[in-house]
Amino acid sequence: MKVLVAVKRVVDYNVKVRVKADNSGVDLANVKMSMNPFCEIAVEEAVRLKEKGVATEIVVVSIGPTTAQEQLRTALALGADRAILVESAEDLTSLAVAKLLKAVVDKAQPQLVILGKQAIDSDNNQTGQMLAALSGYGQGTFASNVEISGDSVAVTREVDGGAQTVSLKLPAIVTTDLRLNEPRYASLPNIMKAKKKPLEVLTPDALGVSTASTNKTVKVEAPAARSAGIKVKSVAELVEKLKNEAKVI
Amino acid sequence: MTILVIAEHDNKVVAPATLNIVAAAVKIGGDIHVLVAGQGAGAAAEAAAKIAGVAKVLVADNAAYAHQLPENVAPLVAELGAGYSHILAAATSNGKNILPRVAAQLDVDQISEIISVESADTFKRPIYAGNAIATVQSNAAVKVITVRATGFDPVAAEGGSASVEAIAAAHDAGTSSFVGEELAKSDRPELTAAKIVVSGGRGMQNGDNFKHLYALADKLGAAVGASRAAVDAGFVPNDMQVGQTGKIVAPQLYIAVGISGAIQHLAGMKDSKVIVAINKDEEAPIFQVADYGLVADLFEAVPELVLTI
Repeated sequence: MKVLVAVKRVVDYNVKVRVKADNSGVDLANVKMSMNPFCEIAVEEAVRLKEKGVATEIVVVSIGPTTAQEQLRTALALGADRAILVESAEDLTSLAVAKLLKAVVDKAQPQLVILGKQAIDSDNNQTGQMLAALSGYGQGTFASNVEISGDSVAVTREVDGGAQTVSLKLPAIVTTDLRLNEPRYASLPNIMKAKKKPLEVLTPDALGVSTASTNKTVKVEAPAARSAGIKVKSVAELVEKLKNEAKVI
Repeated sequence: MTILVIAEHDNKVVAPATLNIVAAAVKIGGDIHVLVAGQGAGAAAEAAAKIAGVAKVLVADNAAYAHQLPENVAPLVAELGAGYSHILAAATSNGKNILPRVAAQLDVDQISEIISVESADTFKRPIYAGNAIATVQSNAAVKVITVRATGFDPVAAEGGSASVEAIAAAHDAGTSSFVGEELAKSDRPELTAAKIVVSGGRGMQNGDNFKHLYALADKLGAAVGASRAAVDAGFVPNDMQVGQTGKIVAPQLYIAVGISGAIQHLAGMKDSKVIVAINKDEEAPIFQVADYGLVADLFEAVPELVLTI
């Protein structure tokens, strides 16, 4: 079974981002970039499927700038077999990304596509669901467990208030949640080997996909700051303040 | 302009988040219709018809919609929604699951998790885990939007008298089926709906120590949450996680116990009205957002708090 994994290059999750002075966006100059954490979980899940003998080939794809090749090489070092970069310097919307991924799915014909549930930059949580809609496939979003059996996949999903399990016919789309697995680190020999694995570069034009958007970001601002209050000295003082000053208990 | 609101419900009752979504629709302006898609959802539809400000309730009652499978519900919403100016759903696990599928079917970009309505086509939403707020404008014929419930004060659950109209629709894509669910049972209020939330972090040291927080929560009628650190350490299940990647809460009172205050946690609770932090590390970042900070050993302070309140 062929598995396609989509990964995104984003600001490293340890970086505290700053809004640009002209409110046009977030300042990404000289900021550490990494693979989106939910995408790391997606790669790990695919590698585990291959280790179990369920997956035969892992294709990793990223839509983004030339530098996204770094994240693709990371995925190759973690165990993906080959990589595809759909190169675009533009800031694409989730729908545009889903359309590009659909074109890649049509070419690669995977049985399973695994994506992160959301990217930690745009926080959209849309791409997997949109790809499922465009492909006409079933979707198992926010997955905490994935079991392939025959021509279907059982996905346990993290939902508000608990967990839900659905069964999907293959091919299907899975998006990862935090507890699906704990991603491994790439070993140095594997990082060296990854440099020799195939990496194909495509463009939206070559795939015949329009990336036009119905959304426009007007401005980006820093959130309203919450100022620190006071320190109380004792539990008794805290209760007194909550009762008489804040009046919340 | 007519706005279609997708009701959040379990076939019997309409979830409180629906009231916040209707409030967002009121801000946009125009007639408001509510879709109740489910099976045996008559009671939920009747409840939806009573929500203040709703003009019409559409009920699609079919086995295919029983478990809100997105493969079946999204085509219904896309088909119905094509005639509306806006389609709104709560940014719950269900709304997030279904609505992007609808947007893709309508070939429009979705706007996720809005926290304010600037005008009928312009909205604010947090990005980078709440470290920046983007103002986004949509020129789509149908604007497809998920709404963060805590960004809007709920409308009244009673007082409306909308007409109820049955829709004979049955989309069964046949690509997915419901197997089962395990919902955590609790007598305490639901996290996102609670007026008071008590949350524990890594400072709780283990899952057993959460008993101190449960005791405090029961005294206050509060829900119990946790930071991602506490969830990742396996102290408590992750449906208790408050933060950007967990639940977003905005209660009247939020009590953070043994929580350092990582950015990802703050993004999930900083809109709370009053924040209390109890932590023995006086340098903990949580104190920078707390209205009342108590530097103390939580294992002494929390039991004392239970006795004092």
